[in-house]
Amino acid sequence: MTDFEDYGDIPAKRFMFVNRKAPYGTVYALEGLEVVLISAAFDQDVCIAFMDDGVFQLVKGQETQTVGMKNFSPTFRALEGYDIEKLYVERESLALRGLSEADLLVPVQVMDSAELGALMAEQDVVISF
Amino acid sequence: MLHIVNKSPYERNTLESCLRLARKGSKVLLIEDAVTAAVRGGDFAAKLGAAMELMEIYALVPDLAARGLKDRVLPGVRLVDYGGFVDLAAENKPVQSWL
Amino acid sequence: MSIEVNGKTFETDEEGYLTNLADWSEDVADIIAKQENVEMTPSHWEVVNFLRKYYDEYQIAPAVRVLTKAIGKSLGPEKGNSKYLYELFPYGPAKQACKIAGLPKPTGCV
Repeated sequence: MTDFEDYGDIPAKRFMFVNRKAPYGTVYALEGLEVVLISAAFDQDVCIAFMDDGVFQLVKGQETQTVGMKNFSPTFRALEGYDIEKLYVERESLALRGLSEADLLVPVQVMDSAELGALMAEQDVVISF
Repeated sequence: MLHIVNKSPYERNTLESCLRLARKGSKVLLIEDAVTAAVRGGDFAAKLGAAMELMEIYALVPDLAARGLKDRVLPGVRLVDYGGFVDLAAENKPVQSWL
Repeated sequence: MSIEVNGKTFETDEEGYLTNLADWSEDVADIIAKQENVEMTPSHWEVVNFLRKYYDEYQIAPAVRVLTKAIGKSLGPEKGNSKYLYELFPYGPAKQACKIAGLPKPTGCV
């Protein structure tokens, strides 16, 4: 295990991970979260966007015992300790699904499509899950 | 920036989400099943027509040809081959491949 | 692979991490520590218990950088540094201590 703190003068790149899938039905949400955690080791400028069904990943009160899967939603609360603090949620996706910011288990920045689109366009790398 | 979409808008909301976020001056490339969006007279063609006023819409010819759609493309959609695909990816940053 | 503790057999992966989190007990930890040549002291237990609490709360084993920072925050800066943690667990606080704590291999450990 190495800490990648000494990158010299190589500037950090801006990474956006875009989450558009609900948890548990497919493995995308869990895999996306693992990639985000691993990316933290490289000291890059990372943000995560949740839109479409991806907003369901952040809903409070997930109980997965009876479907026999691991509830990975508490891990979103660990992101702060990994210095990943920029979590963006698209307002339209929340509203369309009957959700609001108060239903989410971590602090996020809710923004409209245009704002999120503008942020996406500013990234060096955009990765979809 | 360049947005790449590969899902049919008649099956998934991917293209719809892409167009909601894509900003003026962006480029959108339709490949694989997403080329169905470019079919003239289709429900989605109107949305694509509106989007075209703000951004450039491209469709990959081999995927249109494979589906028998090469001659049914909405006017204004720009047609590219694989070389054009590579040029678009190389010349536009960042690239978002919608899943 | 597996380990035997008090006549019971517990499954592990090929690197010696417990397969089932629920199989863990202090006796299991002692056996894994022996295999790792770590002699458990109260300082070792403090880290192992910290890791178990962290896992319980977040459902992941933290990367070493994150563990170090979190320990510093809750147990004090004299413990929240690599030197202290590597002295306790020479093969890496995250990997070795996680194994003893019965957790999976840390995510983000590259």
